[in-house]
Amino acid sequence: MTSGVSVERAGGPGGRLARALSTAGVHVLRAWRRVVYVWQRSLQLRVVAATLTLSFAVVALLGITLTRQITDDLLKQQLDTAVPYAVAGIGQAQQQLNNLADEPDHADRVQIVEDLAAQDGEGGPAVVMLRPDGGTAATTTPQPADSTFPADLRARIQEEPDQLWWAYTTIEFLPGLGGEQLENQPGMVVGGQVRAPVGAAEEIFELYYVFSLEETEQTLGIVRTALWTAGLLVVLLLGAIAGLVTRQVVTPVRMAASIAGRFSAGRLSERMTVRGKDDMSKLAMSFNQMAGSLQKQIAELEELSRIQQQFASDVSHELRTPLTTVRMAADVLHESREDFDPVVQRAAELLQAQLDRFEALLSDLLEISRFDAGVAVLNAESVDMRDLVYSVTDSCNQLAGRRGSEVRIEIPAEPCVAEIDERRIERVLRNLVINAIEHGEGRDVVVRVVANDQAVAVGIRDYGVGLKPGEASLVFHRFWRADPARARTTGGTGLGLAISLEDARLHGGWLQAWGEPGGGSHFLLTLPRTAGDDIVASPLPLIPHDAMDDSGLSGVGSPYQRVADDATDGWSAEPLDLTEEVMSGAAGAANADRDTTDADDGDQDESTGDAATAAAFDVDVPDPHATFEVADEATAPDAAEPDPDEPDTPGDVPDDSVEVRRA
Amino acid sequence: MKGRVLIVDDDTALAEMLGIVLRNEGYETSVVTRGDDAVQTYREFKPDLVLLDLMLPGTDGIDVCKEIRAESGIPIVMLTAKSDTVDIVLGLEAGADDYVVKPFKPKELVARVRARLRRTDDPKPERLEIGELVIDVAGHSVKRNGTTISLTPLEFDLLTCLARKPWQVFSREELLERVWGYRHAADTRLVNVHVQRLRSKVEKDAENPEVIVTVRGVGYKAGPA
Repeated sequence: MTSGVSVERAGGPGGRLARALSTAGVHVLRAWRRVVYVWQRSLQLRVVAATLTLSFAVVALLGITLTRQITDDLLKQQLDTAVPYAVAGIGQAQQQLNNLADEPDHADRVQIVEDLAAQDGEGGPAVVMLRPDGGTAATTTPQPADSTFPADLRARIQEEPDQLWWAYTTIEFLPGLGGEQLENQPGMVVGGQVRAPVGAAEEIFELYYVFSLEETEQTLGIVRTALWTAGLLVVLLLGAIAGLVTRQVVTPVRMAASIAGRFSAGRLSERMTVRGKDDMSKLAMSFNQMAGSLQKQIAELEELSRIQQQFASDVSHELRTPLTTVRMAADVLHESREDFDPVVQRAAELLQAQLDRFEALLSDLLEISRFDAGVAVLNAESVDMRDLVYSVTDSCNQLAGRRGSEVRIEIPAEPCVAEIDERRIERVLRNLVINAIEHGEGRDVVVRVVANDQAVAVGIRDYGVGLKPGEASLVFHRFWRADPARARTTGGTGLGLAISLEDARLHGGWLQAWGEPGGGSHFLLTLPRTAGDDIVASPLPLIPHDAMDDSGLSGVGSPYQRVADDATDGWSAEPLDLTEEVMSGAAGAANADRDTTDADDGDQDESTGDAATAAAFDVDVPDPHATFEVADEATAPDAAEPDPDEPDTPGDVPDDSVEVRRA
Repeated sequence: MKGRVLIVDDDTALAEMLGIVLRNEGYETSVVTRGDDAVQTYREFKPDLVLLDLMLPGTDGIDVCKEIRAESGIPIVMLTAKSDTVDIVLGLEAGADDYVVKPFKPKELVARVRARLRRTDDPKPERLEIGELVIDVAGHSVKRNGTTISLTPLEFDLLTCLARKPWQVFSREELLERVWGYRHAADTRLVNVHVQRLRSKVEKDAENPEVIVTVRGVGYKAGPA
């Protein structure tokens, strides 16, 4: 009833882009849904993904810590070597300056610097002597640019000239004489002041050792690469291990699921293999026990049902033979009733008449027990419904004539062929037409046939007593009587409409009833053109156009539609809450269904105050295997990705200078 | 005396009642209540028709039917309490000509018996040809290339009905009316089963019938002479 109708609309002018976009959107959406689907379905995928994410985070953390540690250690080692070296060197320079007889000229300064540098040979630190005002007093080549010496460091040295200071820096070289340019290098600068006595005064120079950290950085690079490679390998291996381990668990679970699926599909002898003594084997054993007991119970039920059917068959046989004898005896008596005195004569007549009724009742009971046992077979052939309607109405004309009514037929000119079981549908139609004549109070009965592509509908309309509110659903109940006190005139068995409903159901069709008190009733039989097809809507409305109460249509709530593909046994005259519908369908119990709907009918009548009532039987055999999937809440993977710290570049020389006072 | 009817039914009350009704109609009757005695009584009584209940103590009704059919083609009408089981088809395949479902009305039974015993009093000499078969209606014989084929009266009637109007396709309902004497449409399985039985006797290859041709969706007709 709530089956949504999707309305798609192409964009107007200039809608091509919008269309293209929406197409792309649809594709993206579809791909996303696919991903979500796989994600939700595969436990293995989720476990592997979670393992990958978590182990990546752990490895990243570990890597960062390790690299920092190593960097710190290496730099500390460098510093430990460099500082004493510089201390010694600066001391020596001061010595040399002190030893100078006069003010140091350029050559002296270069001499000092080169002496210092020469101590270490090739590849040693660069030594630079700067003037406090910024000029270069002397330097080794290649000459580091001024920017190599952080202003901060120089300021410190000038503030506290008695201390040695150091700092990390980036060594920039000035172009050499040949114009060759050395690349910048990470480095460390250690410096202090030296004083040259110039007479009474002093000339102050700053002497710096510039240590290259190039090698250290290379070492760090290697370490880093090794760490990250190892980390990545570990992550991948962990992922693979997680995949393998989950597979070990998931494979038996999947196997169990597929076996359970086959079991529920009816292969009751399916069992899981029990291997070992672990939890999986416990599951397998429990499953097998459950399957075994289910199989046993099902077998018992089947046996019970078989016995029941056998019983019904035996009863029929046992009843029929004596009934035949009685019937024949009664006939013999009836034939010769003229020889009897009037009392016996009447008795013979009564006997004869009641035997007819008894026989009809017996045969109806047997028919309905066949439906109950599920052994009713549909012998469908392509039949023109018009022919059936003609033959039924012809045979009913006599009865109609006696009642003073006429059966009118409104039939389309073209054939209305449907795949039906002629015997059953003829029985249904005869039943409906006779009912209409009997309850038509001598007014005419109209039989309408309407067909569309999917279905053929036959509506039988009478203008007699009609139905009271709520009765429309009751008419199909077995042995239901509109008015128990009312005299029975034609001696129906009380099972006719129940059998008709079952016949319609067997065709996958609908049998619906509508009526209003004093306004007559309308019975609508809708059959699919092709046996077994679903009917979406009847070609003929259930509420007749000549209903006294026009509000009937809205009050009753048409059209009658299937509720959901699987939840089909539910039916109602009102658009029910889908969940309720599904529940009643799942319950599968016809009585429960009817009760639900009776109550529903009542509600509807109260709410609308409408006298007309209707009932629609969605006649589908309930599928016992129908499952109602509770929409799985998409449990979004809330494995919040731990944002691994942006790994900074350890090993790079920190750009803020760290001051270490000389001990 | 219209004819002799053997009643085989284990229910003595019903058997007696059947006897009363049939005697009222002018038939001579004999009653057997056990399946094992049925064939012996049949041989002694030499009935014109057998009314046979399917559920019998001793020998099953189906077997009795086969045994009698093996000896002669006399009409056999089954009495059955089950209208929708395979029993009917089994009975028909065992050789029964017709069946009545309990509970039946006496008139219905008498009509069935009468239809099966009905014979054209003085058949005109008539010679029909169908396929390679030559039918002598008065002599009640069917020959292929001079060899006589033995048919039950019902099968003979069925064949004759088709052969008289080789240009006409008979629906199963028509055949039920003409051969079995049903006024209302009845169980068309009667026709199907008997056409199969007849074909097994008169066709050279029952898989590819030439004498009795099926017209799909309509019925049967006689093959070209």
